[in-house]
Order: sequence, then C-alpha cells, then structure tokens
Amino acid sequence: MDSFTSVQGAAIPLQVPDIDTDVITPIKRVMEGAEAITQYAFEPLRYTPDGALNPDCPLNQDAYRDAPILLAGANFACGSSRETAVWAIRALGIRCIIAPSFGDIFFDSCFENGLLPIALAQADVDALAAHAGAGEFRVDLERRQITSPTGETVPFTVNPVQREALLSGRDSIERTLGREDEIADFQQRDRELRPWVYELAHV
Amino acid sequence: MAARTLVQKIWDAHIVAEFGDGLDLLHIDRHLIHDLSGPASLGKLAERGLPVRSPELTFAMPDHTVSTAVGRTDADTRAGRMLVPALRERTHAEGIRLFDLDDPEQGIVHVVGPELGLTLPGVTVVCGDSHTCTHGGLGALGWGIGSSDLTHVLATQTIVQRRPKQMRVICSGRLGTGVEPKDLVLHLIGEHGADGAAGFAVEYAGSAIDSMPVEGRMTLCNLAIEFGAKIGIVAPDDATFDYVAGRRYAPAGALWELALASWRELASDADAAFDREIEIDAAAVSPQITWGTSPAHTMALDGEIPDPESAQVPAARLARSKALGHMGLNAGDRLLGVPVQHVFIGSCANSRISDLQTAAQIVRGRRVAQGVRAWVVPGSQAVRREAEELGLDRVFTAAGFQWREPGCSMCLGVNEELVPPGERCVATSNRNFVGRQGPGARTHLAGVATAAAAAIAGRIADPRQLAREPADG
Repeated sequence: MDSFTSVQGAAIPLQVPDIDTDVITPIKRVMEGAEAITQYAFEPLRYTPDGALNPDCPLNQDAYRDAPILLAGANFACGSSRETAVWAIRALGIRCIIAPSFGDIFFDSCFENGLLPIALAQADVDALAAHAGAGEFRVDLERRQITSPTGETVPFTVNPVQREALLSGRDSIERTLGREDEIADFQQRDRELRPWVYELAHV
Repeated sequence: MAARTLVQKIWDAHIVAEFGDGLDLLHIDRHLIHDLSGPASLGKLAERGLPVRSPELTFAMPDHTVSTAVGRTDADTRAGRMLVPALRERTHAEGIRLFDLDDPEQGIVHVVGPELGLTLPGVTVVCGDSHTCTHGGLGALGWGIGSSDLTHVLATQTIVQRRPKQMRVICSGRLGTGVEPKDLVLHLIGEHGADGAAGFAVEYAGSAIDSMPVEGRMTLCNLAIEFGAKIGIVAPDDATFDYVAGRRYAPAGALWELALASWRELASDADAAFDREIEIDAAAVSPQITWGTSPAHTMALDGEIPDPESAQVPAARLARSKALGHMGLNAGDRLLGVPVQHVFIGSCANSRISDLQTAAQIVRGRRVAQGVRAWVVPGSQAVRREAEELGLDRVFTAAGFQWREPGCSMCLGVNEELVPPGERCVATSNRNFVGRQGPGARTHLAGVATAAAAAIAGRIADPRQLAREPADG
C-alpha cells in the first residue's frame, strides 16, 4: 500500500450531503472493470444524462484538475460496502478527503488504500471550502494539521494506530499475520467457553 | 466491572488483542461470502500465497449477480457468468461450504444465515455487504466490510475495528394495525437523517421491539446502515431463542442448554451508558414511503412531499431539489395516486415468510393493474418452499405477480433485473439511490403492504384503504 505523510495542492469543493457509493461507483461501471470505474467515478454528478461531461461539476473543472484533496459533504460515501469507491477516488488522484462525516465502512477502507479521511465540523469544512480555488492546501499527517491557502491551520484527529499504518504503508493483513499465536490462543480459550460457535453439527 | 451495553459485551468477548485508542483485533465467528464481493478477495488471498485461516467458519452463496427467473442458470447474466464459477472454484479449493445455485438452502446471505442457524445470538458476523447489520435482529453483532477487510478476515479470521459509539433507540408503544417494522425504521431515518447514527452502533429497545416478531427485528436492523450505523442490534429474548431452536446448524442437546444459558446474559446492563438515546412513539408511526434518492427522504404515505427549502443545511436544500428532479416530482405533491410501472417485493430487507404473508393478505382475490410489472422474489429456497406449502405462490400468480427464484434481484442493478430509465418502482428493498435499480430508475421504498397495494392499484395507494374494500374472490 502507498504510504501517506503529507499532500499539497488544490482542494475540490463537492459539498453535497449523502453522496453514496452507488454514485461514486455505479454498479454497471463496477462490472465493466477498473478503467470504467475510474472514467465514470461520480457518474451521476460528473456526466449529464446524455453522456457529456457536466461542466458545472467541480470534479470536471480545470481549477481542480489533479487536485489531491476533496472537501465533501456530510455522510460522504454512505451506503454499499463496495471498496471500488475508494479505488476510484484514489485513481482520480485524490489522497485526502475532508468531510463532516463519512460512511463508516468507507472510512475504514480508506486506511487500507493510502487514502486519508478527515472528519471536521461542518463549519470548519465550510471555512476551508471558502478558499477552494484560491491556492494550495497542505495536509500533514505527521503534524495532524491542515493549512489553508491563506496560511490558517486547522488541527485534526486520527486514530494513532490508523495514522501509523498510513505513515508506514503497511497493510493490516501483514500486521495481523504476526499475531497468529494470539489468534490460536483465543480460539482455544473461546472453544471452551462457547463450543457451539465452533461445533456445527451438520457441516 | 463497569456497566456495559449489549454491543460492548459481545465486542469484549471477541477481543483477541487491544491496540489502544479504541482499536481492537476482534475474532470473527461467522464469515459469509457472496458472488459479488467474494471471488476478488479470495483471489487476492491466493495471489499472496495465503490459505483461508478458518474455512469451517466461512460460508458462501451466490445471490447478488444471479438471475431470479424460474429455470435460471449462472450463465443467464453477464455478472453471474464472470463471478459464480469463480466463487465455486475458489470456495471448493479452500474447503468453504458453498450453498450453490442448485442447493435447497440457497438464498440471500442475510436471509439464509439466520434461517440455517449459522447466525446465533452473541456471535460476530461479517460479510462484504453493508446489510450484514441484518443479523443484529437475532442479537448477533453483524456488520459489512470492504474488500481489504474481507481479505483480512479470510487470512486471519479476525478484523481490526474501531469501537463504535453507543446509541439506543427506544421504541415505546406498539405499531398500529397495518404498520410494519419497515415503516418504523424509515420514519426513524426520515426524522434523524441518513447519517443520524454515523459512527454509532444502534441498539433498538422498548415495548414495540419486545412485541415485534424476530423477522421484523431483522428488517429493522437491516436498515441500520441507511441510518448511518454499521451495526444494528436487538437483545435476544425468548422469541429469538424460539426462532433459533431446531435450525439446521444451531446447537442442540447439551450444547443448546449451554448456549441458552450464555445467551440469556446478552442484554445491556440497566445502568449502561449510551452516548445518545432517541425515543420514538411507535404507536404514532403511520405507513411511510420515500419520495427522493436517500432513505432519509421519507414521508407519511398519505402526506405531501416536503419543501426542499425546509431543510436546515443549504447543501441539503439543493440535494433535495435535485432528488425531486430525478424523481419527476414537485414539493407539495401527494404521492397517493402517482402511477407506477413496477413493484418489487423482495431483498434482504423484506423477503421472509412473514413479509410474503403480509403481501398475500393484500393481494388475495385481486389483480395486478394493467401495465404494472409486479414481482415477488422470496429471500431463500426455504422461504419459497414454505410459501408454496401455504399456497402463497398461487395467490401471487393468480393475481398476475411473477413468482421467482431467490436472489437480490431488483434491489441492485447487477443482475440485469432493472427498472428502465424514467420508470417508477415501489420497492421493499432498502436503497433508493440514483441508479440503484438501473440508470434513470425512480425508486420509492416502502413496506410490503404498500408495495402490494401499488401493484393492485397501478398507482401509489394506501393498503389500509384497500384492506377495507372487498376483493373479488
């Protein structure tokens, strides 16, 4: 997995609430493969019904081309557990999403893919969005701090273990495989306590 | 020990290791796999040269991509052709029990898990599907996971998880006649938003839950994710234990007695602290229906579409007026009387035997209106068999409904069972997102009786009114 220490660049203001993962990666495009997943990411927002690029969508505007930061609305990426939503956002070049709240499943999947989700109060996201298009933002994971184009800094919190994972770029499977003894011990103890969980008569 | 909630008790019993800062490594008791998300992660695991850690706790079935036409095969859909053979090969290679398309127990994972007694009170259940919260209806801790976590569970039988905040939704009173658990949960989401419980695990409690049948509790927990919560749960009680007893994989004999003693401890302590509590008067809830493109866009069936300007956040006003544009509706419109072209009774929200019985009560002796395509898609082969023993299939087919094979069907557009662009569907599923039932489709989520009534009337109709009118025969 790609590690993450800091990113610097434009921030895309896309503050629509409740953007769900069916919007981020429509299932039809998921089935068409990786290229379609990226090309049609946010399809209902980025394209008009006749298939043309929608110039009103910030994701299509020159000012935000290759921007590494997304300023999103509340409950961003709610709904389906599909991790294609994370992959599509990464493929668009985005490394950090700042929103008032996230779909919980999406939030955790970000950390497995080198994408940093930051939850801030709505007013703080609005304040950052007021400067979108006015220059470069910087998100520093080591210092847990966002710097706006005007030089204002906003601190953010992130779970220390998840932060460490992003900084190191090690995925969690690798880390957990090192704990096989603890897993085996747990199952042995638990089998005594709750044998019905492990002894399925008809399998 | 400090007082704990039900979720905290189950959580604590599954901790393999603590990382600190609210992050734990949890043991997974049941891992359910399906055709849409399973094959890729099984493939990833094989690429890394890793075996499945505990295949005996892993169970697979095709449901998402398969056709639900009678006489179907896995070659009937493009996605099915890609994914079902892959699921078959990889589960076989790993020694994972597969309930294949021709298995008498095949069905939707969230219907089959509880039905077979794979899901039990107090277990942890994960699946690469956000509606895994459904299993909370039995007092299990269930939640949906992404592909990376799916691979992690396959490799280690554990998952790294953040402790959720704790919410309790107390539903007092009793649901009125003709009001379903689906109406209750849609009302809850409508009142508190699609992110009302983001970051929380939700326990449903109160007299309306105590008196609610177990299948209804599953519907309630199924939509926890639409309320923003990965986890929804109801404390198991005698109704739960009666439901579980005798199921195929449920403990029996001495093991049953041991399990039962343990399950009786599964309740929040009287003085357990919740981060947030919400109260709902269940008796005041009427049948609900969605008018927009989020489950939070919910209104009373006999009400009027609210003005987008009434939303508090400016961005929500814009989202609501866009939703109305997508739906071809206007603020102030009534939905009663709006013509529909499709009715879908099915999905992991509402496809169990009690749902089909509710629908059959409305349909019996009536005819589906001309121009309406109406489907009943039972949640599993077991539900289908039981319904046929009860003669419900004949009630539906005599009325002009299609009686189909189990699967996810029209809930999500991955199996070629779609609603065409611009056409309107009343669905008992759980998502009305843009494009969910197909590009340009217009979805109204509702309970089973409301969906059945729409099929008969050919327009959105009040099932309580239909129930008062005599049927033909």
